[in-house]
Amino acid sequence: MEAAIEVNGLRKRFGPTPALDGLSFAIEPGQVTGFVGPNGAGKSTTMRVILGLDAADEGTALIGGVPYRNLRHPLSHVGSLLDASALQPSRSARNHLLWLAHSQGLSARRVDEVVEQAGLRSAIRRKAGGYSLGMRQRLGIAAALLGDPPVLMLDEPFNGMDPEGIVWMRGFLRALSAQGRAVLVSSHLMSELQGAADHLVVVGRGRVIADASVAELIAAASGDRVALRTGARTQAMTVLANAGATVASTGPDTLTVSGLTAERVVALLNQNTVPFSEVSSHRATLEEAYMELTREAVEFRAASAVDGAEEVAR
Amino acid sequence: MSTTEITPYRSTVRPGRNGFAQLLRAEWTKLRTVRGWTIGLVIAVLLTVGLGVLVAVGGSIVCGSNPDGSDSKSGAACRQNPPLGPDGEAVSDSFYFVHQPLTGDGSITVRVTSLTGLYSTHGAIQPDAGTAGLTPGTQPWTKAGIIIKQNTTQGSAYAAMAVTGSNGVRMQYNYSHDIAGDSGTATATSPQWLRLTRSGDTVSGYDSRDGVHWTQVGTATLAGLPSTVQVGLFTTSPGYTVTSDSFGGGSSTGGPTLGTGTFDNVALQSSSPAGAWTGSAIGDDSARALSMAQNEQFQQTDGTFTVTGSGDIAPAGGQGPGAQRAAEESLVGVFAGLIAVIVVAAMFITAEYRRGLIRITLAASPRRGRMLAAKTTVIGVVAFVTGLIAAAVALPLGNHMAYNHGTYVLPIPATTELRLIVGTAAMFAVVAVLALAVGTLFRRSTAAVTLVIVAIVLPYILAVAEVLPGGTAQWLTRLTPAAAFAVQQSLVPYPQVTATYTPANGYFPLSPWAGFGVLCAYAAVALGLAFLRLRRRDA
Repeated sequence: MEAAIEVNGLRKRFGPTPALDGLSFAIEPGQVTGFVGPNGAGKSTTMRVILGLDAADEGTALIGGVPYRNLRHPLSHVGSLLDASALQPSRSARNHLLWLAHSQGLSARRVDEVVEQAGLRSAIRRKAGGYSLGMRQRLGIAAALLGDPPVLMLDEPFNGMDPEGIVWMRGFLRALSAQGRAVLVSSHLMSELQGAADHLVVVGRGRVIADASVAELIAAASGDRVALRTGARTQAMTVLANAGATVASTGPDTLTVSGLTAERVVALLNQNTVPFSEVSSHRATLEEAYMELTREAVEFRAASAVDGAEEVAR
Repeated sequence: MSTTEITPYRSTVRPGRNGFAQLLRAEWTKLRTVRGWTIGLVIAVLLTVGLGVLVAVGGSIVCGSNPDGSDSKSGAACRQNPPLGPDGEAVSDSFYFVHQPLTGDGSITVRVTSLTGLYSTHGAIQPDAGTAGLTPGTQPWTKAGIIIKQNTTQGSAYAAMAVTGSNGVRMQYNYSHDIAGDSGTATATSPQWLRLTRSGDTVSGYDSRDGVHWTQVGTATLAGLPSTVQVGLFTTSPGYTVTSDSFGGGSSTGGPTLGTGTFDNVALQSSSPAGAWTGSAIGDDSARALSMAQNEQFQQTDGTFTVTGSGDIAPAGGQGPGAQRAAEESLVGVFAGLIAVIVVAAMFITAEYRRGLIRITLAASPRRGRMLAAKTTVIGVVAFVTGLIAAAVALPLGNHMAYNHGTYVLPIPATTELRLIVGTAAMFAVVAVLALAVGTLFRRSTAAVTLVIVAIVLPYILAVAEVLPGGTAQWLTRLTPAAAFAVQQSLVPYPQVTATYTPANGYFPLSPWAGFGVLCAYAAVALGLAFLRLRRRDA
């Protein structure tokens, strides 16, 4: 089966700065893929390359195995939202959708359907220039849905949304993926994707740092650390270290144990009659997992800056 | 991990044919749904019509007042309709005519032994000044010769053979036709023989150096020529103009002139016996130089005729009695209408770049050339319709109002009127395409609008407002897109009429469609560059 979106070895420079540095990933149908990374990591550039708006210096981007430019009815293959503010302010929201529908040979009836889906019916005759950012995001979603595409690509759709809107958007994205669509959602805030994304592609400085399911990433970030609260700190450290664990003191009566499961820690402490008041497995949040990954990206960035300096020196 | 097989989503929407027609419809929807652009196009029509009307009724026309201010007239009462020639065009038809009737076929032969002239170097002369203070010398188109004319009414059909001041022997007929004969002048030692023969409604002209060997110069068919016509000798001499060129506008000086032709060996052949010769000044005195009327005369001594006249027998060329204007002056507002269209056409693409909307457009239509073609077609057609409405209203309305205001509007054939209206519409269309292409190149409305206005409107204004010397104005209206304004020219330049043939006077250096072609070439080049740029650059 063809991947919904497949990018392979994308490279692109803006002047001397590499925006994309050998970027490769694929997204699959039926799930929401979060496309995350710090600002300037190359997320938007990647999306523009996928849509054929920007040309890559190297590499390919395919939609169901076909370059975007070769699609005959592009909006019924990929619905995209790049910039919710890309609107003619004096044109009504409905007319914005209408010209887009006409460009694909779609009818005004289809416009009314997506307006309903995006929850914009009451405001659709108003000028788009008067829309709040949150409403513009909904209008952008409506536009992306016009062709009822199997692939959706949304750049920062949570921007400017109120908490209610964010909840709606998460549910909406999940519902779209449940229908078997592939949904690629970029964000620079991992917390927005919590509970929405199934899979993550984390990018930093034009490269893919991680490409894994959310569950895998959290597990990796959590490690197998166990938090332990005990009055007999020294005794507990000795017992656990002898069993092969790495133990770190994190407070007057708290320890963090790596290398042992919580069950094994409890058994060892009981065996050696070390008193304790709490043993808990540490579970990382998505945010923490992300911070961990991007910290490496920052280090990588610092390292490559040194390389660059050396190259200049040479 | 779940092992459920995921079924990829299948679109339930069946898109229609994603052809060029869909793109046209999308671009048309874009254009009509921005109210500011619709208003801009309405403004283009209003500016074009409004300025035309303003100029038509602007200024006051006062005439006929005596030195004490009495008997003053104004407005429509001042209008003087010039005579119209057989083809319906305004003509000059003023000369001194020594004539008699000719019934049926016949011919007239003369020998011209001299052609002299007098002209005023200080403009108008006093009515009672006689020829005092006039400088000797003929004008290039001072004419003395023979003529067969339908009757003595101005504008009636004719054919003539004449010796001219410096254009040799010419056969001329029905005002706009001019055929060169012998290139010499007429003097006592080297006279010119002229002959006209009439057969039905056909008149043939001949010249000869010796009265023995004749050369046919031309043949004229004067449709509907009556059996009895007037035949005889004539002399006439057009006013002269000297234009000095300078920045800030040229200045013209000029004045009335007189011509005097001397004839002998006058031979009239006809079926009816020859009658006596009558001298008549043809034409309203004011149509030629009023002050010269008293000098016009003829003398007949022993078969030698001396005929003195003033005026011209030729197309009017925008010169004539009273206030006159060319039809296209009602289209004077076109430049302002064009500015409005340029703004709308440039913004049709630059607004998309400014808002980032171009990315949505190109995502919907990844084949960029087709997108540009659709946009070009839509803005071109819309601008054409805008220009068509503007010109179709401004031309008749402005001319009607100018006429009622006291200005005679030179008549033009229906085909010319159609060319003026459709040509103006086409100019709107191509200028809009040029603005769209430049907008695509620059991606910014200010730069695009400024450049196109500087390219077409500015040279036009500089040329027609006489800001620049005539030569520069000629080159501007030949090389810049402003050359397209030639499509609005209704006046026809004639080599046999001495006039100032500059854009300021309604004459462009290129023919109407050649001038329009210059604009098209600019638009085509800009569109080609826009296409390449659009294809190669990231959106």
